[in-house]
Amino acid sequence: MNYTEKLQNVTVLGAAGKMGSGILLLTAIEMADLSLKPENKGKLFVLNAMDTSSEGLKGLMKYLKTQILKAAEKKIVGLRDVYKDRKDLIDNSDIINQYVEDVLFIVRPTLNIEAAYDSTVIFEAIKEDPDLKVKVFSQINQNNKKSPWFCTNTSSIPIKLIDSKANLGGRVLGVHFYNPPAIQKLVEIIKPANADAELVEFALMLAKNLKKIVVPSNDYAGFIGNGHFMRDALYGIEQTEKLTNKFTFPEALYIINKITQDFLIRPMGIFQLIDYVGIDVCQYIMSVMNPYLKDEDLHSNLLDKMLELGVRGGQNSDGSQKDGFLKYEKGKPVAVYNINSKSYTLITDIQTKCDDALGKLPLSIQPWKAVVGNKDKESIFITYFNELKATETMGGELARDYAKRSKDIGLKLVADNVALNENDVNTVLLTGFFHAYGPINDYLI
Amino acid sequence: MTKLRRKIYMVAGYNTISMGTGRKEFNPKKERPGLEEYMKEAGQGVLKAIGGAQNVDEAVIGNFIASRFNAQGNLAAFVPFIDEGLRFKPTVRVEGACGSGALALVTGIRSVLAETAEVVLVLGVEVQNTVKAIYGADILAAAGWAKERKDGHAYFFPGKFSDRSKAYAAKFGEEKTRAAMAQWFKNAIENARLCPTAQEYHNTVKDLTALGMSKPNPKGFVDALNVFDCSKVSDGASAIAIVSEEGLKRCGISKSDAVEVISFGQASDDITKAPEDLTKLVATKNAVEKALASAGIEKDMIATVETHDCFTIAGIMAIEAIGFAEYGKGIDFVLDGNTSRSGKVPFNTTGGLIGWGHPTGATGVHQAVTIWEQLTGKAGDSQITINPDRPYGLSINMGGDDKSLVAIVYKKG
Repeated sequence: MNYTEKLQNVTVLGAAGKMGSGILLLTAIEMADLSLKPENKGKLFVLNAMDTSSEGLKGLMKYLKTQILKAAEKKIVGLRDVYKDRKDLIDNSDIINQYVEDVLFIVRPTLNIEAAYDSTVIFEAIKEDPDLKVKVFSQINQNNKKSPWFCTNTSSIPIKLIDSKANLGGRVLGVHFYNPPAIQKLVEIIKPANADAELVEFALMLAKNLKKIVVPSNDYAGFIGNGHFMRDALYGIEQTEKLTNKFTFPEALYIINKITQDFLIRPMGIFQLIDYVGIDVCQYIMSVMNPYLKDEDLHSNLLDKMLELGVRGGQNSDGSQKDGFLKYEKGKPVAVYNINSKSYTLITDIQTKCDDALGKLPLSIQPWKAVVGNKDKESIFITYFNELKATETMGGELARDYAKRSKDIGLKLVADNVALNENDVNTVLLTGFFHAYGPINDYLI
Repeated sequence: MTKLRRKIYMVAGYNTISMGTGRKEFNPKKERPGLEEYMKEAGQGVLKAIGGAQNVDEAVIGNFIASRFNAQGNLAAFVPFIDEGLRFKPTVRVEGACGSGALALVTGIRSVLAETAEVVLVLGVEVQNTVKAIYGADILAAAGWAKERKDGHAYFFPGKFSDRSKAYAAKFGEEKTRAAMAQWFKNAIENARLCPTAQEYHNTVKDLTALGMSKPNPKGFVDALNVFDCSKVSDGASAIAIVSEEGLKRCGISKSDAVEVISFGQASDDITKAPEDLTKLVATKNAVEKALASAGIEKDMIATVETHDCFTIAGIMAIEAIGFAEYGKGIDFVLDGNTSRSGKVPFNTTGGLIGWGHPTGATGVHQAVTIWEQLTGKAGDSQITINPDRPYGLSINMGGDDKSLVAIVYKKG
């Protein structure tokens, strides 16, 4: 496998999307860095940024310029060496501007899929729609004489399904970046049984060069990341529905969101996370995964209902959260959706009642922010969960149940052979979801 | 150099805050005061204490490179902006990279010596947070030889002093050198915490030694320095009045509120030449020797020193250049606590460049203000005890990599 040769002509499909633009950025920088090596002087590197939205491609080029500039500023020490023979480039600013140009000049924005017919590697980050992916891959495969490799960013569709339907003969791999790809360290690599060994080698080398943490996942719908998240979310929804016996819907939702954030010391509550990903996206991923799952029904009527009411969550183009289960002001939840009255209830109106019902948090509680980077977090969690074990409040009980369920989901991923081992499940939650501790732990034993 | 032919005093020092990362009120995304505001604040601070603009004969502004940080030249014409009463007075701007401030002081001293002025307002100013540090490094590289820039480090001056640090450590022991640099950093921050205008005044880090001991990261920065070894990017201005005895009377200031300038030593070295020995600051040594000889005093009569610690290693090498420690023993001198505020010769009592801040063109003036405060008992929480047997203060201001040097000896008036 000639890594450099493979990266001389690449296409990113869906390049203007949130995932696509990040993948494009990372690939563009990797390709430019290769092109700047003395041994590659004179070689042409082409990166097609394909998208169906012309407006989106305009935004992409702006995003690229800003991000490449930031990347160049960060690695200026090395770049001075790269350009050491360019006598005309003296100041850091000269070198940084040259690098931005060199990366940008590799990128060819295009609305035409035909651009991919000359590529040796195709990255795909289009809509999570199995039929659409299969159609696009088939078309490229039929017209591209180079037997290209396909790297799909699907987070839920089994790769073997795409492979067989698009007739790719093992030339497709799941290379699942996390959002946003330029920042998140985790990449799940999903290798179907018949995957081309060289393609796997290529993907691993690329991930390493991009300084990503690779977690291999077997080819089961949802893989590790969504395999955990979707079930965890569904559990949160079920618990909320249960609580509506004693509480109003907004109160119940507030309680479970607080349990999952404050009591479980996570970066955000489960409903905020569903909003962040998008209620529609969550519903869709569940629907893609569900047909492949035995003995369980991964589906939520609540999500369907929310979408019927036009409440979708998701993010604005600047990364801020759109309203969903929760309403946000300056990135913080301020109100909870009331599915009955179809309006938001202010958190301040229900907080005291709910917090009183939950009872006090264990004494040693610390917010996620204070713990996540703490070198002594292991001992902090041991102390905390020991206290939680002895907490005889409603909050304590709900939190323990939730943590146990989260652990069970993780263990099931290993038992079902989705994850190779427990450690990989924990790595995905730690790096892809920024949890401060892995779900498979002995804290509550 | 012989003794000064006239008695020269410095009075009414004033420092603005040294603004930049570390100060709670600093927000790089918000609009901040510019050159004008800093000059005005510092200038008016002095004018207020010397009875107003009418008492000023001349003004000197020290500034390194506003032409690039602020797209501004002709700084001498900002003097009347400080106060209308300064309109049409003779003013000049001087430049010698990071040594601009002390060159401004020396220019003022020369005016009073030449009897063309009895009262000179001297200001130093630099506003550097207008660009990111990585571009600021390009601008500051102008303190070195432009023809060296291409082969220099991305962070040009940290690169230069990293080379010095590496050479010193290779000769005198890596571990001890690192420990002494960490100690220098710790002293700097602890002193800065006592001075409300210092950039590190709000610093609350508990384990400063651990920070100082951080391993350098050559991939992201330089080989032999960590970021704590370096002074930060600062905006700020300092000002002081240089006056004759007649000037003192005119301003209504008593000698006890003044420091007398006993002597100064000035030295420049060839900017196109690399240091002969990376482990020594030869121009610094030359300037200090001249100043001490002119003052007719021994180094042991010095109560406190303000030295140009743009990098921790520069502080340590200055100790040896002054002669407080033998060559290679500066590190022991620091580790034994001699330079701390309770040590034998407290250095940089308001934090120096690392702790107080380094608004490049203002630094030389800031050093004079600190010495003036210490010797006249106006240093507030930073005040050290001045032993009457050792009444002198010394400041060393350096432009470039040991190229444009000024050392000044002071005594309470």
